[in-house]
Amino acid sequence: MQKHQYEVVVVGAGGAGLTAALYASRNASTAVISKLYPTRSHTGAAQGGIGAALGNTEEDHPEWHAFDTVKGSDYLGDQDAIEFMAAEAVDAVYELEHMGLPFSRNPDGTIAQRPFGGHTNNETGKPVRRACYAADRTGHMILQTLYQQSIKNQVKFFDEFYVLDLLIVDGKTAGLVAMELATGEMHIFQAKAVIIATGGHGRVWETTSNAYSYTGDGVALALRKGIPAEDMEFYQFHPTGIYKMGILITEGVRGEGGVLINGEGNRFMETYAPTVKDLASRDVISRAMYLEMKAGRGINGKRFMNLDVTPEVVNHYAEIDGRKNPDGSPYRVTASDILAKLPDIIDFCETYIGVNPVTDPMPVQPTAHYAMGGIPTNKYGEVVVDEKNTVLPGLYAAGEVACVSVHGANRLGTNALLDLVVFGKYSGLKAAEFANSEAYVDLPPDPEAYAMQQLNAIRNSSGKENMITLASEMKSVMAEHVGVFRVEEGMAEAVEKVRELKERFKDVRVDDHGSKYNMNLIEAWELSNLIDIAEVTAVSALARKESRGAHSRDDYPDRDDDNWLKHTLAWMENGGVRLAYKPVTMTKYTPKARSY
Amino acid sequence: MQVTLKIFRYNPEEDRKKHYDTFTLEAEPTDRVLDLLERIKGNQDGTLGFRRACAHGVCGSDAIRINGVNRLACKVLVQDLKTRQVVIEPILGLPVEKDLIVDMEPFFDHYRSVMPYFVNDDPPPAKERLQSPEERERFDDTTKCILCAACTTSCPSFWVNGKYVGPSAIVNAHRFIFDSRDQAAAERLEILNEQFGVYRCHTIFNCTDACPRDIQVTQAIGEIKKALAKGSLD
Repeated sequence: MQKHQYEVVVVGAGGAGLTAALYASRNASTAVISKLYPTRSHTGAAQGGIGAALGNTEEDHPEWHAFDTVKGSDYLGDQDAIEFMAAEAVDAVYELEHMGLPFSRNPDGTIAQRPFGGHTNNETGKPVRRACYAADRTGHMILQTLYQQSIKNQVKFFDEFYVLDLLIVDGKTAGLVAMELATGEMHIFQAKAVIIATGGHGRVWETTSNAYSYTGDGVALALRKGIPAEDMEFYQFHPTGIYKMGILITEGVRGEGGVLINGEGNRFMETYAPTVKDLASRDVISRAMYLEMKAGRGINGKRFMNLDVTPEVVNHYAEIDGRKNPDGSPYRVTASDILAKLPDIIDFCETYIGVNPVTDPMPVQPTAHYAMGGIPTNKYGEVVVDEKNTVLPGLYAAGEVACVSVHGANRLGTNALLDLVVFGKYSGLKAAEFANSEAYVDLPPDPEAYAMQQLNAIRNSSGKENMITLASEMKSVMAEHVGVFRVEEGMAEAVEKVRELKERFKDVRVDDHGSKYNMNLIEAWELSNLIDIAEVTAVSALARKESRGAHSRDDYPDRDDDNWLKHTLAWMENGGVRLAYKPVTMTKYTPKARSY
Repeated sequence: MQVTLKIFRYNPEEDRKKHYDTFTLEAEPTDRVLDLLERIKGNQDGTLGFRRACAHGVCGSDAIRINGVNRLACKVLVQDLKTRQVVIEPILGLPVEKDLIVDMEPFFDHYRSVMPYFVNDDPPPAKERLQSPEERERFDDTTKCILCAACTTSCPSFWVNGKYVGPSAIVNAHRFIFDSRDQAAAERLEILNEQFGVYRCHTIFNCTDACPRDIQVTQAIGEIKKALAKGSLD
């Protein structure tokens, strides 16, 4: 066993973790622990853009961005945090540019921006160009740029270390326990402040855009130490994943003029969102696709729709919509424009389904994509552990793992990358500030005991249950009953099923008994994380008797602000889940009916 | 259809010698090689070691040798293989840690050696630094690198001498050298002008063939050689 001491330890090396580390390391000794090499992080898979009201080609304002985000959240987002994020967005994007991020450019040399779902000119209600992009590789560029800057600033990394336990002593953060994957050796990190930035948990569901590594490690870590998870019932299904595979097709495709077409050849979003159509927010479009498919209007009656970005179709609908370029000329695209703006999308489609999007439509279906819920924090990234927002000293969370909440019940596209850099920054600054004024908390006598107990339970199990079988039963029941549409009986069945899986997991089989790169053991641990998260998600969803954002119930089809304008908090306790609620922070936006 | 995967195995905790294990399984033409590895691990042998994350060609975790050529396991479909006999091996030139997992540290050491980060010491403007679309296009190709090491570990010069910085590091230097906003081109060119720099490249083109992002790697290396020869970037 090895021991380390750093004032600040960041867990996870994606957009949030790297930003946090860059800022924390300016003022405090800082280390980053990541189960992946940093550049493998899922931030790199983000495509379409990062939202900021730069106004480079048309009028835009941070206040509009804030309102769109509040509305997109179906009024569940905390308005103080949303206003903060939208205001910080502009400088955050300039700062990335100053770090060398290679944004695509306008003819005048400024950062290029494209329209995205739910982002509007607040006066006309029409889509506004707010998504700052680098072709369809914006996340890749952010991740690479932040990693490059980390090298420049000599940030200390522990790559391929897997965190097993969070050490909390007398209600204060003391450090972490991690396993070095290359050797199997245990490492104890004593830290004054810990920043959790481990990303999401889309592997709970069958069809997902998420990496294998998106197993909810941070939320599970926190739940096991008595920290609640907030708003876990709100999970985003992105409308356009490649049929059956789930690989993400960016909303930027629709930003560039692509449209969704049903089996009857109709652009069905005209019916569901007459003003912004294919650029409605994601929950609205995913629901519309399900309703169309349910009515038998999938392509050839199947469970997918066509996403068409061929120049003829784009230009046809651009003319109907009267879409204009910034200079007032009619918006028209050519095959080479599409190729230049969406190169990776074309590559994915050609590689995986043999379709060239420049000449043929892409078959798409909703795909599990993003966790609005997570570890509760305030706008400085400080983890808050109860209904009164009491801060747990020394613990921070940022990025998808956290619930600030700026996304509420439904996240707008481009706000995830923004969330990473804004709240990554403030959690890093706050953690360093905290570390500078506080002493280390003494570690418990056997800091690794709880982690070892859990590891040994997996290692010494009877081995009756196959991991793949357990995982696929979980994914299937969650997709069926805790997906885009939900009802009481289905969710109750999911809760029961996940609890059965939790029991059966105790007999999980691990073939590998070695120390070096025992990925078999780590994958079993990750599965236990996913099962815990599935349970908390299903229980939180079952309790919420309304429809709001991504939580859409056939049996309670309306939003119910009188009873449910509040955040869910869920604790894992006594072998079950305990729920409580806390109010939404409101500033100036009064809940209104939500239409696009 | 049935496919047979002959997979390189080595676990220093158990094996004295490196060897191959053969697995046979049912596959769809549209399965990724990564899907097959996952199924083998899940149903036949949980000890199989390999890396993966995103599973669609953007994270760079799963570069391996498939029938003798470097590819990402998640970007090759069964139908692309043209054979049902598949040989799977770790990428060459880096020490094998376990099965298909190699030690990536020497690769990242080379990456870090070329100043792979933006340098501009002028005080930043209040807004963005301006860059024309043409200036941005100049280095677009080399911004795509995902550091998977497929190029570097396909290079015979790298196999012969691991001190060679390798194509990937040069690609990442190129990305900054030709960025109009950057100020450290001369320093990077000096690094690449050293004994184990660009002149170890003998334009064999394995790197370009191996790149899962279709980066014109050999061309990028050629542009650096030209810049060194001419003493300018034009």
